[in-house]
Amino acid sequence: MKLSDVVRFAWRSLSGYRTRTLLMVLAVSIGVAAVVVLTSLGEGARGYVRQEFESLGTNLIVVLPGRAETLSGGGGLMSGRTPRDLTLDDALALRRIRGVKSVAPLNLVSGEVWWAGRRRDAPVAGSTMELGDVWSLAVAYGRFLPQQDPRHATPLCVVGSKVRRELFGTQPPLGEWIRIGDRRFRVVGVLAPKGEFVGLNMDDLVIIPVASAQAVFNLHSLLRIGVTVPRREDVRRVSGEIRRVLRERHNGEQDVTILTEDAVASAFDRILLALTLALGGIATISLSVAGILIMNVMLIAVSQRTSEIGLLKAIGASPDQIRFLFFAEAALLSCVGAIAGSVLGQIGSLVIRRLYPSVPAFAPAWAILAAQIIALGMGIGFSVLPARRAARLDPAAALARR
Amino acid sequence: MIHLDHIRRTFPVGDEEVAALREVNLRIAPGEYVSVMGPSGSGKSTLMNIIGLLDRPTAGVYRLGGEDVTALTDERQSYVRREKIGFVFQFFHLVPRLSAAENVELPLVLAGVPSEDRAPVVGRLLQEFGIAPRARHRPSQLSGGERQRVAIARAMVMHPAAILADEPTGNLDQATGKEVIHLLEELNARGVALILVTHDPAIGSRARRHIHMLDGQIDSDSAAS
Repeated sequence: MKLSDVVRFAWRSLSGYRTRTLLMVLAVSIGVAAVVVLTSLGEGARGYVRQEFESLGTNLIVVLPGRAETLSGGGGLMSGRTPRDLTLDDALALRRIRGVKSVAPLNLVSGEVWWAGRRRDAPVAGSTMELGDVWSLAVAYGRFLPQQDPRHATPLCVVGSKVRRELFGTQPPLGEWIRIGDRRFRVVGVLAPKGEFVGLNMDDLVIIPVASAQAVFNLHSLLRIGVTVPRREDVRRVSGEIRRVLRERHNGEQDVTILTEDAVASAFDRILLALTLALGGIATISLSVAGILIMNVMLIAVSQRTSEIGLLKAIGASPDQIRFLFFAEAALLSCVGAIAGSVLGQIGSLVIRRLYPSVPAFAPAWAILAAQIIALGMGIGFSVLPARRAARLDPAAALARR
Repeated sequence: MIHLDHIRRTFPVGDEEVAALREVNLRIAPGEYVSVMGPSGSGKSTLMNIIGLLDRPTAGVYRLGGEDVTALTDERQSYVRREKIGFVFQFFHLVPRLSAAENVELPLVLAGVPSEDRAPVVGRLLQEFGIAPRARHRPSQLSGGERQRVAIARAMVMHPAAILADEPTGNLDQATGKEVIHLLEELNARGVALILVTHDPAIGSRARRHIHMLDGQIDSDSAAS
């Protein structure tokens, strides 16, 4: 029997039972579409996070007090004790490392900001001019903190765009004095709107010199130190240097955690890849339900078409041919379902991309391919039983029945 | 051509074995015209199924064209069935979603004949049997007589050595039934062996040889006397 004839015969029997065929195609295509859409969602989330990290610049190194159990996992944030604080002098020591571009010590405290009797709660960051580079902050007007000795407390501040709006309204903020705690600061600049960044809304922020922050809030240590290097290739070497310098300064104790964006990004990447796989796995379950449906319907088809199968045998179809015809039918069905499902899935991920333009929800090629293969395999696999039943049918009995 | 020696066929019914064929010895020469008659349950259909290789005897030897076909594998038996035997049934057994021409073509398709070689064969048969104008019609759009002609054309498409017709007129009116019998006899005249199972004595008596069955045995055979 010619393959083209097998396909044609299978096609004719599928189009002969239209409702049943449509329902089965629908079931398969929903399964395939689910795989495509859900993995594209997972991949979208992964791409989104990666984009965010890339926008941070991957040449950033963050030094945190306390030792992480594993270096790459970002678990240092979790470890309870901080044996020794990071100090401003530590930050200054890092400046001397070769190949370092900027070193920004950072304190972050939530404080109250006052101006002309108005009060606003705002996170207050204590840092230096170099924070502008480390966080890639742009100034809308005025200027950023000036270059100066970080140990020097000067009464200057830069405010976020939202703080400016809510505190000053339409009045020009530059040169105004605001009060933070018991000190007054002169506004020298307003940040350009930036939104959420490193878990902080930059538009809410007030930035003052680090020494001033330590004085106002009575702090003796830093929350962390941000270091940038000019080139990404330097990240590894400079991280090593930082570790060495700080160990020397801390009496040989390895008591800081050094995070590179690469490490954090790859941790996120792994988590989200696992998410994608999990979503794909869940969708595969719906695909296998479609497979069971195919089996069920094919079994019914075999008993409905008993006399046809008997006839085929009478006119010389061998058991192998009968089996093959049923396989072909299931394969054709799952093919059509898989193609329809892919199209449906692509439309689904297009809709997601339209709704959330920042999420690059593209289904990965491997997921689309795997969905097709699974659908096809499922269709054929689940038709083994019905096909075998058809092939074993006793033709004499099948033909005797009317 | 057809040689049945000591053929038995029993079916298990509950704990018992019921014999549908007890002890059948039969020889049919090429081109013979044989009618098989007998009451229901006498084993006519079982005999036809065994001759048509749709069923296997419990005991005995069946030779078709000199070849012992009793012990052939299913695959091999379907080949022999396709090449040597044509079936005509009471209920036509046409595939409802295929056109008349496609139904006739089906054995050629199963045999793996390329489609360009199939079309002329099918066209000629349809022409010959007077159903060419209905070639594109589905079985449901055909009359009973037309359906049976399509079925006979299908049985003939592989040039079989024998046609087994099981009550071919059972579902047709008198006139149409007669036409169908004439058609079959015409084919027989061209050398195809025709084995006809029927209840109708008027049709059965037309055959040159009459076999009467009773209780799973050949009760009388006009050739033997």
